[in-house]
Amino acid sequence: MSIKQLGKRLGQIVIVLIGISFLTFLLTYMAPGDPVRTMYAASGIVPSEEVMQQTREEMGIDRPFLVQYGDWLSACLRGDFGASYSLKKPVLDLLGSRLWPTMKLALFSMILMLLVSIPFGMLAAVNKNKWIDSLVRGLTFFGVSVPNFWVGLLLISFFCVKLKWLQVVSTDITFKNMILPAVTLAFAMSAKYTRQVRTAVLEELNQDYVTGARARGVKEWKILWLNVFPNSLLPLITMLGLSVGSLLGGTAVVEVIFSYPGLGSLAVSAITSYDYPLIQGYVLWIALIYMVINLAVDISYNFVDPRMREKR
Amino acid sequence: MKEFVKKDKSFIFFCFLVLLVVLAAVFAPFLVRGQDPTEGALANALQKPSAAHWFGTDKLGRDIFARVIYGTRTSLTAALSVVVIIFTVGTVLGILAGYFGGITDAALMRFSDMMVSFPGMVLAIAIAGILGASIQNAVLAISMVSWTKYARLARSLVLKIRHRDYVAAAVVTGSKTPYILTRYMLPNALPTLIITGATDIGSMMLELAGLSFLGFGAQAPAPEWGLMLNEGRAYMAAAPWLMIFPGLAILIVVVVFNLFGDSLRDVLDPRDE
Repeated sequence: MSIKQLGKRLGQIVIVLIGISFLTFLLTYMAPGDPVRTMYAASGIVPSEEVMQQTREEMGIDRPFLVQYGDWLSACLRGDFGASYSLKKPVLDLLGSRLWPTMKLALFSMILMLLVSIPFGMLAAVNKNKWIDSLVRGLTFFGVSVPNFWVGLLLISFFCVKLKWLQVVSTDITFKNMILPAVTLAFAMSAKYTRQVRTAVLEELNQDYVTGARARGVKEWKILWLNVFPNSLLPLITMLGLSVGSLLGGTAVVEVIFSYPGLGSLAVSAITSYDYPLIQGYVLWIALIYMVINLAVDISYNFVDPRMREKR
Repeated sequence: MKEFVKKDKSFIFFCFLVLLVVLAAVFAPFLVRGQDPTEGALANALQKPSAAHWFGTDKLGRDIFARVIYGTRTSLTAALSVVVIIFTVGTVLGILAGYFGGITDAALMRFSDMMVSFPGMVLAIAIAGILGASIQNAVLAISMVSWTKYARLARSLVLKIRHRDYVAAAVVTGSKTPYILTRYMLPNALPTLIITGATDIGSMMLELAGLSFLGFGAQAPAPEWGLMLNEGRAYMAAAPWLMIFPGLAILIVVVVFNLFGDSLRDVLDPRDE
């Protein structure tokens, strides 16, 4: 990727972020709930109309839409995402404290997923159209059709309730507490990736160089692991980057099930309590993380695939 | 016809399964043996599966079998609504953008760039939560984040044939633009879009159930599988049937629709052979 392309991508990221910020701001602006009323209701006070009006003025939510948006955006650019209505803390601090647990969970489940899908995908590809291939394909089909929150519930009821091996509620993020959430997340993803690995490996196996290597008598395992596997990594890396998005969205459901203290469960509670600054901050941050990761994936092509470097 | 049946046995079979699911939804009242999915007697609360209550009862004494069967209606209507909405909106906008190009095209593409570069489920949760929790808003939220996929697809399919000679010939011989759009562009894009739509039904069901599970979709006392799983969560140890049957229902119906989508692809898209 040349400097020019990089600049273009960064510009795109800025535009998308502005678009996303406008969209979320518009949504929260149009939302039917009244944050002031909700805020007071949460603390058990029934305020008079004057007090509510005053609070609205203090919070600045009685001004025209574009003024509010402009103010909010310029504050965001200075790193000030406002304070959460419900938790009375700066949004940035809240998000910051939840970011690492979610990233850790996502990363852990990705590793689990790769440990499952690479061997099975390759096994299926090498034994194309044999019984083992049909078995793997059948299982992946099953895997993509199972709701992941159901898998989570079943895992809890088996390992926590029945066998009592693990705790149901994971308030701190020890490795042990991450196992079940990560397995749940990895479950559906593994199914998808096993298929991807299978397709990618099959494509490589059809290449001429494989026939050539076989003709020269190179050992089959050498062809597979030293030639075919590295070459089929490229589409996999792209997919991984794109999956981070669905993973960050998917963690929300899983985090709620396991009461895992991550970004997703924070966002869900923010939404139920009409905590607009927190929702806006969450959506923006997820967008930013997602796009930065995908940019990193594109840049990593330069290192993984020498052909990209030559194109400069 | 006979040849078609012979050749596409698996497609016919999956069509039949889909039909069964649809029939279960349509004739739900006749299947549940007079049980009400939303009303139950508290005296019957949390009963194990038995001859009287095949799938047991929940904390309010409602028959789980009746709720699961009625849940087919909710899931099916909601998922099909999503697919119909995103299919129609995406196809129309995509074809128009692809054919006319210019500023419409640029605007549409930038917008869908924005949507693609963002995890849809996160936005759908935010939208559904902000609009207020209901199954309609869940449908709306998922539609809002999913339609761009169809628009992109329709646009790229139109662009493929936009500058072919026969289209130019149609223009030269005086065909009206609406005629070209509906007789040349649409039929060309339709098969791929229909395949995409059919394969999406299952995943849309999963997303809708996920939203309901989080409390941003169907609301109690509606019989909806995601919601039922959420309600059953608290009784995991005492009444596991509360979460087993709704989950199985989602799994089976999603598998049926995914198989149907895949076999439709095989029928409509012979390139894979």
